[in-house]
Amino acid sequence: MKEIVIISGKGGTGKTSFCAALAQHLQDDLVVADCDVDAADLHLIFEPHNSLATDFYSGVLAHIDPLRCIDCGICAEKCRFDAISNASGQYTVDAVDCEGCGYCYHLCPENAISLKEQMVGQYMSSETRFECTLVHARLGIGADNSGKLVAKVKAIAKDTAKDQGKSYLIVDGSPGIGCPVIASLSGADYVIMVTEASQSGVSDLRRIWELVKMFQIPGALIINKADINPTVTKQLHSFAKKEKILLLPEISYSDDFPKAISMGQSILETNPARWQPVISEIWKAIKERI
Amino acid sequence: MRLAIASGKGGTGKTTLAVNLAIKAKEKQSCLLVDLDVEEPNGGIFVQGDLVAEHEARRAIPDWDAAACTLCGKCPSWCLYNALIKLGDTILVMPNLCHSCYACSEMCPASALAMKPDSLGTITHRRFEGLDFVESRLEIGLEQASPLISQSLAYIDEHLEKHDLQILDSPPGTACAMVSAVKQADFVILISEPTPFGLHDLKLAVQTVRELGIPFGAVINRDGIGNDEIYGYLKEEKIPLLAKIPHQRRIAELYSQGAMLYKEIAEIDEALEDILSYIGRLR
Repeated sequence: MKEIVIISGKGGTGKTSFCAALAQHLQDDLVVADCDVDAADLHLIFEPHNSLATDFYSGVLAHIDPLRCIDCGICAEKCRFDAISNASGQYTVDAVDCEGCGYCYHLCPENAISLKEQMVGQYMSSETRFECTLVHARLGIGADNSGKLVAKVKAIAKDTAKDQGKSYLIVDGSPGIGCPVIASLSGADYVIMVTEASQSGVSDLRRIWELVKMFQIPGALIINKADINPTVTKQLHSFAKKEKILLLPEISYSDDFPKAISMGQSILETNPARWQPVISEIWKAIKERI
Repeated sequence: MRLAIASGKGGTGKTTLAVNLAIKAKEKQSCLLVDLDVEEPNGGIFVQGDLVAEHEARRAIPDWDAAACTLCGKCPSWCLYNALIKLGDTILVMPNLCHSCYACSEMCPASALAMKPDSLGTITHRRFEGLDFVESRLEIGLEQASPLISQSLAYIDEHLEKHDLQILDSPPGTACAMVSAVKQADFVILISEPTPFGLHDLKLAVQTVRELGIPFGAVINRDGIGNDEIYGYLKEEKIPLLAKIPHQRRIAELYSQGAMLYKEIAEIDEALEDILSYIGRLR
């Protein structure tokens, strides 16, 4: 089983649309993991059903028992995240600012502080209308455990792929280069980067590629909206050549992408005559490499 | 006035809006633009200008002192991030897992875990035709964006005098990084696009800013693609629609070149006027 991660650095370059098309192209020989856990969208196309949902607990939140608190203020003074204050006349913990380090719990001379396990999200394993299993998740608002949830989603998806005897695990990653992306990359066999022919696309691709190189994972590049700026597309070509990134067939600017999303479809369903040959050519090139 | 521009979904036009709004706003008021999308900052593509200051942002992580350590084994049990591991007669520090809470350092009975500075990224201050522009850039390979975002906001409060308008370009998503960027804002503009993806992620962003208790409004970009569902949602939820930006291939082309859009596209100039006058009425 090979694990292929789709990332972009920049948001909105077509990662999810490409991922849906690829999943449909591979028919039933894969499991898909939606690892963009704080803005997961694949389910809008996959229509998951018969979901098996599990609550995800990670990290703790401090709580001060007002009956035990003697207002000494040590916790507030030592908290590096300024999460404790007595603005209300009573020492309380701000749930948004608390990082769950537990330092205050150890410091409190009256044992007035307890640490509560936090339910920060939910992960689901679902059947889909594409014959493949989708493992996806929902992260709670403002949660800082997205990396851990991504790792969980990937682990479940990997086990599922092995159990079902599938050849591929396709992972839809999140934008950026931080913790959820790092968690998506860890253990991957191959990376497909989807960028767009814009200055921002180039800048973000350079940063994400630096990160991918740290993991020593081979990568391929798809340039989306390649025709909107031929100069930038040329720059991307030479960057790929210099960095030994496999250049996949490019995609030209097309309203089929938003159209497909609006209909809850993959681009292969919205306009098969145009996209079937492109996706199949892209997949052929990737398959040769892995 | 601190205005944050955020979105659930990536690539909906946050940076485009932030940059164009800032350049236009500075014609009539003092304005500061801050790029807090520290993982992938792009404001600098559109705003260059002269370097005023460059600051290396650092955080503190524990540095294990083998000679002082008594190997009592308490620190790994205190660290809830699993950033400290006892391996035989060694304490390993995992910098990427550390949240700089100082618990291990300050509680160590042998004072064997002094905190030392560790690079987080850079904060750059530039000035472009009267606009102050601060960009923060996370070091590649680091996992946590939030500490750099908080430091960038502290840097602005400390080093820059008050501007009439501060515009914060936030990271995408609704997780900790986005919350760190918007939580101290007076008003948040959520920018999205009229597709089911855009609507779904907008709803998450709305939930987030509502939970934070910050007033907000919406801007819809690429009006004309997708469907009208998002407008129905805004109406139903009584969320003010500040402006619509039309879907045009020409806009994508200009953006791809790093051009200032409102100077070329009349509809964008009008949209910015509408947004600025809405913001003006809030004061």
